[in-house]
Amino acid sequence: MADLGLKAKDFKSDQEVRWCPGCGDYAILAAVQGFMPELGIPRENIVFVSGIGCSSRFPYYMNTYGMHSIHGRAPAIATGLSTSRPDLSVWVVTGDGDSLSIGGNHLIHALRRNVNLKILLFNNRIYGLTKGQYSPTSELGKITKSTPMGSLDRPFNPVSVALGAEGTFVARTLDSDRKHLTSVLRAAAAHQGTALIEIYQNCNIFNDGAFDLLKESDSREDWIIPLEHGRPIRFGKDGSKAVVRASDGSLTVADQVDEDDPRLVIHDAHVENPSYAFSLARLSSSDARYAPMGVIRSVTRPTYDHLMTDQLDTAAAAAPGDESALQKLILGNDTWQVA
Amino acid sequence: MAKDVRQLERVVIRIAGDSGDGMQLTGDRFTQETAQFGNDLATFPNFPAEIRAPQGTLAGVSSFQLHFADHDILTPGDRPDVLVAMNPAALKANLGDLRDGATLIVDSHDFTTRALARVGWDSNPLEDGTLEKFQLHALDLTQMTLDALADTGLSRKDAGRSKNMFALGLLSWMYSRPTEGTIAFIEHKFARKPEIAGANITAFRAGYNFGETTEAFAVAYEVKPATLPTGTYRNITGNLALAYGLIAASKRSGLPLFLGAYPITPASDILHELSRHKRFGVRTFQAEDEIAGIGAALGAAFGGSLAVTTSSGPGIALKGETIGLAVSLELPLVICDIQRGGPSTGLPTKTEQSDLLQAMFGRNGEAPVPIVAAQSPGDCFDAAIEAARIALTYRTPVFLLSDGYLANGSEPWRVPSLDELPEIPVCFASEPNGPDGSFLPYLRDPETLARPWAVPGTPGLEHRVGGIEKADKTGNISYDPDNHDFMVRTRQAKVDRVAAALPPLAVDDPSGDARVLVLGWGSTYGPIGAAVRRVRRSGVPIAQAHLRHLNPFPGDLGAVLNRYDRVVIPEMNLGQLAMMIRAKYLIDAISITQVRGLPFKAEELAEMLQGVVDHG
Repeated sequence: MADLGLKAKDFKSDQEVRWCPGCGDYAILAAVQGFMPELGIPRENIVFVSGIGCSSRFPYYMNTYGMHSIHGRAPAIATGLSTSRPDLSVWVVTGDGDSLSIGGNHLIHALRRNVNLKILLFNNRIYGLTKGQYSPTSELGKITKSTPMGSLDRPFNPVSVALGAEGTFVARTLDSDRKHLTSVLRAAAAHQGTALIEIYQNCNIFNDGAFDLLKESDSREDWIIPLEHGRPIRFGKDGSKAVVRASDGSLTVADQVDEDDPRLVIHDAHVENPSYAFSLARLSSSDARYAPMGVIRSVTRPTYDHLMTDQLDTAAAAAPGDESALQKLILGNDTWQVA
Repeated sequence: MAKDVRQLERVVIRIAGDSGDGMQLTGDRFTQETAQFGNDLATFPNFPAEIRAPQGTLAGVSSFQLHFADHDILTPGDRPDVLVAMNPAALKANLGDLRDGATLIVDSHDFTTRALARVGWDSNPLEDGTLEKFQLHALDLTQMTLDALADTGLSRKDAGRSKNMFALGLLSWMYSRPTEGTIAFIEHKFARKPEIAGANITAFRAGYNFGETTEAFAVAYEVKPATLPTGTYRNITGNLALAYGLIAASKRSGLPLFLGAYPITPASDILHELSRHKRFGVRTFQAEDEIAGIGAALGAAFGGSLAVTTSSGPGIALKGETIGLAVSLELPLVICDIQRGGPSTGLPTKTEQSDLLQAMFGRNGEAPVPIVAAQSPGDCFDAAIEAARIALTYRTPVFLLSDGYLANGSEPWRVPSLDELPEIPVCFASEPNGPDGSFLPYLRDPETLARPWAVPGTPGLEHRVGGIEKADKTGNISYDPDNHDFMVRTRQAKVDRVAAALPPLAVDDPSGDARVLVLGWGSTYGPIGAAVRRVRRSGVPIAQAHLRHLNPFPGDLGAVLNRYDRVVIPEMNLGQLAMMIRAKYLIDAISITQVRGLPFKAEELAEMLQGVVDHG
């Protein structure tokens, strides 16, 4: 990619950042601003579109084009922008409530169409901006202001939802791991089509410590399942845990797995059938603490934007589209003269 | 056999049958023949929301009415002179609308005890005197069609399907219509099924020949071509004209057209039509829902497209929040509301003009949106261009109101030459406009109050917009009380500015002596015009004015209203324009309302107007 001489500071707008002190959003903002120069795309060709929620203030802090829209609708708005302007790099910033409750429909349809959008889904498992109600990713039984006796509905696993919609690029990362976050952003930016990145993000006011297990040095290696394409999926403090394929084909976590154990799964993000990626996402259902992280799925499929452009090009090549052609069109085939 | 040919000035024909009988197609073809012949005409298709309602039931009756004349006419006619009824249900459903002495052509094939019982008749109306007031022609159209097609090898069922073409042939003979167009149409439509094409043409010719040879019809009729302003004409429906108007606006503004839409009756045909014209750079996006339809359009507007969303009342309700965002972002967006009967699902295939107040006020906060309305099928073309002009000039969402009657109805339309249409100049921002090379996205044009439209891809003008209140000029988030008050008033002032560039309101008051003004908007234009003509024919002066712009009103509307003793406002709602007129101008407007899912009948409206003239 071309080096345009841009630095992270060139992507900082003049607006004061107004998230709560200690919010995970700061780290994500810094990582994105730090990564942007790598894109090699001029600032004017980058657009950030967001919905409503704490994370959705993000565009105001980016010195690019941006739109802070309405609750849940960012993927729809970004779809119109991206399909009408395939020359742009369009990013969507959303949260767990924004994208999975009020905007769930738009998220899955963007994914199935494979619109060329990079969707950053900040998942803090709580409603922050409305001050602490449970969200569609909150764990079952969550006690909040709106669920004093515990929430009754099972949470969405955003990665499972995205895979269910057969998204072409699905990844997960963590707000505090700048290196990993940046590597996932890099892979998403290179992907043609909808890239969904779930970013576990700490809300230190309403859901503090939600991801501590994945952050603290004495536990993170036991629960993060690192996914790197072409590498065996091994983890644990001493590297003894691994994802293995059981005799019925399902994936499970096993302990004390040897290097040459035939059950050991080598991660392949390019498997066309989403079932494999879905099985990886489902590892969290055996124990909610397990967190597969990295690029879970990355497959090639034509983007909606380019397919639409191709149709326009095909139609334009088949028949003229100038003013005289339009005149002919509106005249139609059945005219008569009044003299 | 030579028969009498009698001259008529005008005829209203209604063709009715089961919704699967091809009545709409038959009506369309007869309309095309009539248009080709040079009559002025107006049509009114009327069909159930169900795609295939149970056969032979009143609920399943589909009809098509055509009014054609040797002079210019304004409505599809109040009472048919001729009814073609293909079964008992079609006869029963339409009988009440006929004038005395009307001609009835009834396919007697299905008048069995069982079919009659199904529609609540315990004796056969063809035989029991029920139809004495009419000139009844009970003919077994189905059997004659089957006989004509006996040698084709088609099954009875398939052959029977051509009975609508037999009826069309008969009508074509009765009214001396040219037939070449219909034959060419059938050949083209069934090009891949030559046996079906052949059967339909045979049935069509058999119907025509039956008229010529039978003793049943002693005379044929002729309606001479109408004298209309010179030009090239075609027949056009409102939805087609609207779609063409949008493409023309795209060409005249030099912006690519983007439509975001979700299927809904009676707006879907605009989506279908625009989807066929990709060679003109038209992008159509069938969204996952109404909200995504307008959302995608707004995204495209941000990117520099001429953005449009199309829907009907229920869909507009869902789009409300995004329209508010468009008001706040101050981006151009055309929102087409093809109104239908409401509330809720209401009457999907029937007409109404009851979304005016939704268009005015159906959003949270002070969210003013300009509104333009089309008044006839062909006028949808000009209304679409005007909506686009306002949206692009003032950087605002604009409502374009049409309705089911205009959408599906048709009329002869003088096709404009594209180069005589107004240019819609659009200038994207390309340079910083603030101190020290900064860009102020909310610095306004002093004349229009429009803000600069800086599209992504323009270096140096990177900026952020959003639905949170913005500071004047910079567009940055602002919760300042005075700033909010200023911005709310400024957005209203911008919409009010639209009136400054409007021409004076045209008032039709030929004698200048009228004391009563009839004020209308939208598709009531035809019925009001026809009713006003009736009143004038009785020697009483009456004035008519019709509003293209409903928000803001034309600047001289108040002065016009004050010139008359009484102002009457007929509407297909419960008085929505009347409420706006009363509120703004403090005049005691008389509201005439009807919400039957049908246009006003000119005769009834004329009586009501006469009543106002006589009694005030």
